[in-house]
Amino acid sequence: MNGVRGSQRHAGFAAFIIHRLSGVLLALFLPMHFLALGLALEGAGSLDGFLAFAELPWVKASEWGLVVLLSVHLTFGLRVLALEFLPWHSARKSWIGWGAGFAAAAGLLFVVAVR
Amino acid sequence: MAMSDDNNHLQVSIWRGKSEGRFVTYRVPARDNQTVLDVVTWVQRHREPSLAYRFACRVGVCGSCAMTVNGRPRWTCRTHVRKVARDGRLSIEPLRNLPCIKDLVCDMTPFFDKWQRAGGRFKGAAGRGDPIPRLERSSPQRRAADAAIECINCAVCYSACDTVAWNPEYLGPAALNRAWTLINDVRHAEQDRILSVVARDGGCHACHTHGSCVEYCPVEINPAASIAGLKRHTLRRLFASGDS
Amino acid sequence: MEVRLFALQRLSAMFLAPLVMVHLGLILYAVGGGLTADEILARTQGNVGWALFYGVFVLAASVHAPIGVRNVLKEWTPWRKRSLDVAMLILAAALLAMGLRAVWAVIV
Repeated sequence: MNGVRGSQRHAGFAAFIIHRLSGVLLALFLPMHFLALGLALEGAGSLDGFLAFAELPWVKASEWGLVVLLSVHLTFGLRVLALEFLPWHSARKSWIGWGAGFAAAAGLLFVVAVR
Repeated sequence: MAMSDDNNHLQVSIWRGKSEGRFVTYRVPARDNQTVLDVVTWVQRHREPSLAYRFACRVGVCGSCAMTVNGRPRWTCRTHVRKVARDGRLSIEPLRNLPCIKDLVCDMTPFFDKWQRAGGRFKGAAGRGDPIPRLERSSPQRRAADAAIECINCAVCYSACDTVAWNPEYLGPAALNRAWTLINDVRHAEQDRILSVVARDGGCHACHTHGSCVEYCPVEINPAASIAGLKRHTLRRLFASGDS
Repeated sequence: MEVRLFALQRLSAMFLAPLVMVHLGLILYAVGGGLTADEILARTQGNVGWALFYGVFVLAASVHAPIGVRNVLKEWTPWRKRSLDVAMLILAAALLAMGLRAVWAVIV
């Protein structure tokens, strides 16, 4: 893309871009997730083999990324639902901050949990 | 690129040409109280007689002077240079998302085509002999219409909208906002037709609620809220009668 | 069609919201102390509750994701013909099949 335009420098647009990009990344991840879980069909051993692979640092980092992406996609998506279906009293920009905060907290919890 | 050489002059880059063209930089005297329209006028009078630009009232009521200033669509007569020029620099282009006729003048035809296509023309059912309809000012419908009715078609929202840039079918915030005022006008006889039009490809469902239209509308209209209203109406019609 | 896709997109989102919250909570709980197949399967095998939960989750995600991806492709690539709609339908079917297979794998 050719850089952020002046007209795009506001929170609502940033929220949209993050929501869209997180959605695309999650959509790309989903088939892999389903296939990995499907390994259980071949027995617990096969799934364990995969889970051992999942202990690799870069895989753990990707898992952290997915937790954050899913959290942010959820919260920014809730804001869209609110804007479309609830009475409009404001652009609910505070929801963007809270949403990002929730995603950061989820990411932090994940790091603490896996340590 | 040279920095502003002193506090008495601005470096102003103005688009010259059509869709193909280039930015030309002019050195313009800075004044204490100066709008971007003043700057453009100075350039045309003292440096570039062939510079094409639009304006009319000069006092922020007509919307004719809308241009892109430092990447943002604005009414240039209502934009003080001091508020937008960083380091004494300005970049001025025609409105985005519309064809450029020459320099700072854009072709508003596609904007008005979409306005019409969205069903923006009022059609009454009453005739001359019928009693004058009483409008309930405080009804939710009239309040919804009144909140959106002051649009003067300046195309700033259309220019700010990225979905307009990405989706050539998209009717745009102004046209859809206008459609919303008619949906809420109890005298309008073709509400169902409007719902059919805005339910199509490029209609209200193409809006992703970025909110740039709300951010930049100079008369503080909220097209995104109007479009959300259209979304709800089309959904209600879908669930009530299966029509889409 | 746009109204129907919009309705499906928003409806599936409303279903996904609580499911995602539970899933996130579960993941954060489960990864503590390392994740093993036995742990996962002990929780899910033979459990009708989890079967229903993830069955609905897969269904909603298989509707929600392709509609979203369709919007992205229509706006950011030149692809906007009927073939795009067909491709998204195939994507939805593929996600549904893979997802239900995964649910089967951990429940049965």
